[in-house]
Amino acid sequence: MARSVWARPFLYLLALAMSVFFLLPVYVMIATSLKPLDEVTLADMWKLPSTIDWSSYATAFDKLAPNFWNSILLVVPATLLSALLGALNGYVLSKWKFKGADTLFTLILFGMFIPYQSILIPLIQFLREIGLYNTIPGLVFVHVVYGIPITTLMFRNFYAAIPDEMIESAKIDGAGFVRIFRYIMLPLSITGFVVVAIWQFTNIWNEFLFAVTITTSDKQPIMVALQNLSGSQIVQWNVQMAGALLAALPTLLVYIFLGKYFVRGLLAGSVKG
Amino acid sequence: METVNITPAEKTAAVPAVRKKRKWTADHWLAAAFLAPSVILIFLFVYGFIAWTGYVSLSNWNSLVPDWSFAGLKNYLYLFHDFRFQADLRNTLVFTVLFIAAVIVLGQLLAILLDQKLRGESLFRNIFFFPMALSFVVTGVVWQWLFNPSTGVNLFLKPLGLDSKWYTDTTILGGFHWGKIEFGIPVAIIAVVVAAVWQMTGFAVAMYLAGLRAIPDEVREAARMDGATEFQLYWKIILPLLRPITVSVIIIMAHISLKIFDLIYAMTGPGANFVTDVPGVYMFETTFRGNYYANGAAIAIVMLLSVAIFIVPYLISSRKGGS
Repeated sequence: MARSVWARPFLYLLALAMSVFFLLPVYVMIATSLKPLDEVTLADMWKLPSTIDWSSYATAFDKLAPNFWNSILLVVPATLLSALLGALNGYVLSKWKFKGADTLFTLILFGMFIPYQSILIPLIQFLREIGLYNTIPGLVFVHVVYGIPITTLMFRNFYAAIPDEMIESAKIDGAGFVRIFRYIMLPLSITGFVVVAIWQFTNIWNEFLFAVTITTSDKQPIMVALQNLSGSQIVQWNVQMAGALLAALPTLLVYIFLGKYFVRGLLAGSVKG
Repeated sequence: METVNITPAEKTAAVPAVRKKRKWTADHWLAAAFLAPSVILIFLFVYGFIAWTGYVSLSNWNSLVPDWSFAGLKNYLYLFHDFRFQADLRNTLVFTVLFIAAVIVLGQLLAILLDQKLRGESLFRNIFFFPMALSFVVTGVVWQWLFNPSTGVNLFLKPLGLDSKWYTDTTILGGFHWGKIEFGIPVAIIAVVVAAVWQMTGFAVAMYLAGLRAIPDEVREAARMDGATEFQLYWKIILPLLRPITVSVIIIMAHISLKIFDLIYAMTGPGANFVTDVPGVYMFETTFRGNYYANGAAIAIVMLLSVAIFIVPYLISSRKGGS
């Protein structure tokens, strides 16, 4: 829209320069991960590999595969359960409002902003008590509980856009709480579920603090294992980069194919309800 | 977005008459019953556990075995006289200010850039957004290498006469003595800020872009008719209109930055002289590696309070405002 002659080329130049800043780490990651170890030297860091060597992927995969699987076992049930819980809560808090519902909602919402360090010590004591410490179900439970605020917020905002008149007329036709949810809300919720599921999937997959404190060794999700790779004696940067790419792949793929919904989730969770 | 919030003035007016007709039916009980488990979980696991952590922070539990005896503010006093924690406070402050400032400036710049109807706009947008899909751990691992002092970006900067030691640098810029530490901007923090900005700028861009798209074209047209240049249009009209979004961006980035842990833990750790240490890392190490539970709990409570200063007014105002 800028009108002077030099403005447009300048804008493109700026956009390109910024793209380089954002893509540089990706270039280094991919180039390094495809190099044989003897080429991963400090001086050659920015160079392309002379030959493509997949061996770092094989090594990284060997080391990370069990943890990758742990993450899948964690993220699938946790995402589904927290989306379902969020849908129910959002339904109640938007369409069956009672006195104090908004205050209650604000109190729930606070839970998504707290630093989890402030609940971690009791949480671990509690998980030990009930025998869920160092288990995947324990982590699922934790992510479902602390996912309640964000999923409730997203569904409440989503359902607020469904006109109240639809609910009222359904009530007049004799439909109750469950029937309205089942036959009116749910069919209209597909997008809501996609948005919330993508958001929760990404966050739970990428989460580190709960993962590193609640699980040890063979129960650890992928991000902890990736971090441990760099903790080993000699850092093999090519393996490290291959591992980082493997760990990032699921959320990157989700972003590439469903990025629109990812951004929608971001806005739904940040623009206040 | 939101159903109308009832302001006190309306409450006394016509609304209650409509509201009261609605009886509290069995369905309402059912609704409450469906909500109840979540409410109970939140009250227990958020508020209950915060209270519990608060209690631990006032106890003598600084070994493997719980010791619930009352210690008063001993752990807090210890922390505020502790070299490491003082360094953490400095680092958090510096990190938060630099990080938020950079995200806002870059976020507005890129959003406006994307709003110029460039060819390939969606490609550019995806390039700016994709780091958000990554884990802070992945970001930390990659940027750790990019900022490796003997390689990385230094290979480009050395010919220019710059040769920073980045996150291994213990220099404090503009330092003066404050408590036990040197206050100022640790050079090492800058490397971490760059990585965090790389990851989170997309968030701000997305929010500003949504804001820009919500501004009607008539506003721009009217300004142009009045002879405003493009620069004036953005500086005097568009940016002020985006101010509420800036508030949201500040709140969201502040709460991320005040509780940051994984990025720093994966990228640099505490660093020499704790130049890149933050409360999140200290809490983790002292509690789960050192078994100083009461000290760790005290750090956690300080973190919570620092976040609450931003979040509580935000939550209350967004409720009153009805957004």
